[in-house]
Amino acid sequence: MATQLKSRSKVTEKKADPVIFNFPEEAQLEETIERPVIMQVKNLHKNYTKDTKVLKDINFDIREGELLSIIGPSGAGKSTLLRTINRMIEPTSGEIIFGDENITKLKGKGLRKMRTDIGMIFQHYNLVDRLSVFENVLHGLLGYKNSLQGILSLYSEEEKEKALEIITELGIEDHIYKRCDELSGGQKQRVGIARALIQDPKIILCDEPIASLDPRASMVIMEYLKRISRERGITVIVNLHQVDVAKKYSDRMIGLNAGEIVFNDAPEVMDQGIVTKIYGSKADELIVE
Amino acid sequence: MSSKSSTQHLSRVNIIRKKHIRLTIAALIILGLIILAGEITSYDHIDGLLSIPAAISWLFSNMLFSAGTLANFPTVLRLLWETILISIVSTTTASVFALIFALLGSQLTQVNTFLMYVAKLVASVSRNIPVVAWALILVLSFGTNSATGFLALFFATFGFLVRAYIETIDEASSDSIEALRATGATYPQMIFKAVLPGSMPQLFSWTLFMIETNIRSATLVGLLTGTGIGYLFDLYYKQLNYEMVSLITLSIVVAVLIIEAISNRIRREII
Repeated sequence: MATQLKSRSKVTEKKADPVIFNFPEEAQLEETIERPVIMQVKNLHKNYTKDTKVLKDINFDIREGELLSIIGPSGAGKSTLLRTINRMIEPTSGEIIFGDENITKLKGKGLRKMRTDIGMIFQHYNLVDRLSVFENVLHGLLGYKNSLQGILSLYSEEEKEKALEIITELGIEDHIYKRCDELSGGQKQRVGIARALIQDPKIILCDEPIASLDPRASMVIMEYLKRISRERGITVIVNLHQVDVAKKYSDRMIGLNAGEIVFNDAPEVMDQGIVTKIYGSKADELIVE
Repeated sequence: MSSKSSTQHLSRVNIIRKKHIRLTIAALIILGLIILAGEITSYDHIDGLLSIPAAISWLFSNMLFSAGTLANFPTVLRLLWETILISIVSTTTASVFALIFALLGSQLTQVNTFLMYVAKLVASVSRNIPVVAWALILVLSFGTNSATGFLALFFATFGFLVRAYIETIDEASSDSIEALRATGATYPQMIFKAVLPGSMPQLFSWTLFMIETNIRSATLVGLLTGTGIGYLFDLYYKQLNYEMVSLITLSIVVAVLIIEAISNRIRREII
């Protein structure tokens, strides 16, 4: 496990990124518990075949504006869980209540409409490499467009202005004309975040967002995610490999082991015993402060 | 984690020696096959090699063309031009149809499983019938004209391009399709905003490759369907007019080289 963690941060950034922000003290101290619940996951199961049960009876609430991290060993079902939330993977059974609606039943237009409310960022950024930063960011609006408007890139001036605003906020305004394959990993991930933000989502799902980044770029990305949840009140759900990073940035942590939730509480509660419970006997190889 | 847990003794790590042995065995097998094939077909490899100088001197004495032959050059050029145009038109037409079938046939962009298999089957059939067979089959129903040549090249190219395009699409776009699907994009939006921009250079590259290949095949197809430069080649060959044959052959070679140079240039520009 330890070597795996190390090798994952092999991709290095050539250019230094301008860091960092300080959060207002009061924002940091705000209590998570009082925030309204915006999504409820109930009795969620996912079987790929009869014998491979990836998710077993998953139940949890998602609150407005919290940064929720999901940790667990490889193959615990983190990615599957994240992708069932926006139905990129169909759950076998169970309910996901999002704004009074059970979204597991949605189809066609309703499904697309639901997905505009949930942004997503990925480990490998999933940008269209040959297109410019600006175009990639505008892709976040496709869910609001009909097919023809999307294909012909009919974006309004307001939408373009909004894209520019978000790009500037994420500090990549100098690269707006560049093709995405010219960017460093950290810059690509910021384009990914911008694409999610322009959707004006209620939730942003992040699937291993820093697993391909070096420590410095990882920190920049995590700071941005934290800031998004604080300043915009957007719920951020992050799959993470690194327990220490999860502890540092999360408002709440969910520990997943073999498709079951074994921990769901504030990061302060997390200790060595719980880490062992999540990761099994190999846990002592993990670095936990 | 590496040094502490290393219990392997270096003298027992024989990866490289194993590879050498495997390489030697492979070389011996190939050599054996060459000898065996010669035995079965009663072809003597040594004799074959020794007859090369004689063949070359025959080539030079018979195929060097004189000024008189050059009088026919305009005809050669006209038919060569016709052949080039037919291969370009058949390739570009085939590429349009191939793109539609490739989108239906790719695992990532398929509309439904049934259509996916239909698309793959159609492509596979048209690919696995060689261009020569297409020409001979089509010449029966369409007769000896340019349309036959066009169709023969079209079918063979279509089959090949569908396969090449499917591989390109699968390779280039899985990540960006996922991202666009997650934003709530429609199917046409995913095709035009993720799949096509991502795989465009590769798609063009394959199309250019097929144009080059088809100019070569067009000569052969023309020979069978009685059109274009292939027909002219066949005509003079059967009249034993080797000077004209060599003029035609040289023109084809030069034309192919020029087309290759142009397509390499285009390729560099778009990637």
